[in-house]
Amino acid sequence: MAEKFAVTRLPGFTAIAVVAFIALYAPILTLVAYSFNISESAGTWAGFTLDWYRLAFQNDEVKNAALNSLIVAAFAALISTTVATLAALGTTRRAAFRGQTTIYAVINQPLMVPEIVTAVALLIFFSSVKLATGYTGLGYLILAHAAFCIPFAYLPIRARLEGMDLTLETAASDLYASPWQTFRHVTLPLLMPGVLAGAMLAFVTSLDDVVITEFIKSPGQDTLPTYMLGQLRRQMKPDVNALSALLLAVTLLLLAGVYLLTRKRAD
Amino acid sequence: MSPAEDRQARLSARNGWLLSAPALVILTIAAIGPLLIVLVYSFLTPGDYGNVVWEFSWNGWKSVFVEEDIFEGTLSLADAHLTIFWRSLSLSILTTVLTFLVGFPTAWWIATKPPKARAFWLFLITLPFWTNILVRTFAINQIIRNEGVLNSLLIWAGVIDSPIQLTYTPTALLIGMVYVYLPLMVLPLFAAIDRFDMRLLEAGYDLYASRWQVLRRIILPIVKPGIIAGSILVLVPCLGAYVTPRILGGGKMMMLGNFIELQFGQGRNWPLGAALSIVLLVIVTAALLIYVRALSGEKRHG
Repeated sequence: MAEKFAVTRLPGFTAIAVVAFIALYAPILTLVAYSFNISESAGTWAGFTLDWYRLAFQNDEVKNAALNSLIVAAFAALISTTVATLAALGTTRRAAFRGQTTIYAVINQPLMVPEIVTAVALLIFFSSVKLATGYTGLGYLILAHAAFCIPFAYLPIRARLEGMDLTLETAASDLYASPWQTFRHVTLPLLMPGVLAGAMLAFVTSLDDVVITEFIKSPGQDTLPTYMLGQLRRQMKPDVNALSALLLAVTLLLLAGVYLLTRKRAD
Repeated sequence: MSPAEDRQARLSARNGWLLSAPALVILTIAAIGPLLIVLVYSFLTPGDYGNVVWEFSWNGWKSVFVEEDIFEGTLSLADAHLTIFWRSLSLSILTTVLTFLVGFPTAWWIATKPPKARAFWLFLITLPFWTNILVRTFAINQIIRNEGVLNSLLIWAGVIDSPIQLTYTPTALLIGMVYVYLPLMVLPLFAAIDRFDMRLLEAGYDLYASRWQVLRRIILPIVKPGIIAGSILVLVPCLGAYVTPRILGGGKMMMLGNFIELQFGQGRNWPLGAALSIVLLVIVTAALLIYVRALSGEKRHG
């Protein structure tokens, strides 16, 4: 192989790619490794321990933040996936209609506006609403997260729909299925892998958010990422390492799920 | 079109709108509508304890660029603000260039692997992309800070005697942002290279092109849409970066995002913060428009 002139090879590219992968993963793996390190300083390895995880789990602030994260992410994923599924049904597999481009632009808007600008906008808006209504619950976080999760849920659902033709639905209605029966027993089951993938991506996106949450949370409403950000302000602590490793594990699991659901069947 | 077909089309369009309506409502309430409120707030007077007083004022916009000396009443260019603008812009552009220099060979290398291996390496790029930005910044910080892995290694190897101070310098921000945003460059580049017809390379080499000429005259022009997409995907979040400069810059190396936050915290100048947000939004929109125009130009020529 070495003697053969490979047209796709460009000098130095392999070396750069290998360095890039090492540079991407070395810091993450180091972080995971140090979450099991007895020593508190990151420079030295003193032996294996699970103490930092235990410490993190025993901390009431952490438990509270984790619970907030889960509640917000679950509701945001549920809401955004539901409305994204409807929007995907409305914008695919039908003749192009007036305003369709506007709908795309609105749905993708969260991807185009810098997070910090949305955060500021929501801070201003919600602070007035909080004053006016007196409500300071998790609803604000859920609403904000649901909004910026919509494009992430929408994309895989739309991709799935575009790959489905209308023949099965037509067959169902030929057999006197009502539109609802057709949707319930034909469209939805076929669409399900896309919907689940969308929900998982929305969940990950919500779970990862720092900036918008940091701006609009009411006092005592930390999620895991904003709690960690608050801890980093002072000294970096190994239990934050442990939390980072846990978040990483959750992301990895959900992504593996998305990968399995959206991969094309080997043909 | 027959009346029946016409009715059918109108019905289909109506259903399209109805089905999209819930998503549009949520996005209007919690994403688009509030942007208009930001515009209004930028023309109001700051309140003593944050928030605003409902009195019209140009001061928010004025103080984006100029400073008023409260003792002499004279105006001068706001050096501190310009420094932050310049830092944001220069670091964002440098980050974009560096991610391209690393990301292009990486994307090329992945795209020229056999299909099975390709999926695996691509997954390894998407994993950091979906990983919390805080976790990734934290990870790179552990490597480059004074007591970090890099300095420990270099001291152990005898290369240096005392740790190199990287955190709280522009270099640290640059390293951090390249690290955090690299996947955003690799993914669109990969998509473009994946569609590239490798037979063009054979044609080029058959016509005695050198490797450099093939890269410069065949590959780069064809994958240009991917290059533009990647650059925008990196540039836009860099301009609004908040988490990475906050952790690696430690309050000393503020970027636009941190400066905006400051106005809503200790600065207690919401109108200035709102005006700065609009400035950022305008810069980003301009970048996106350039992107769209460059792409449509591509199509006309292609």
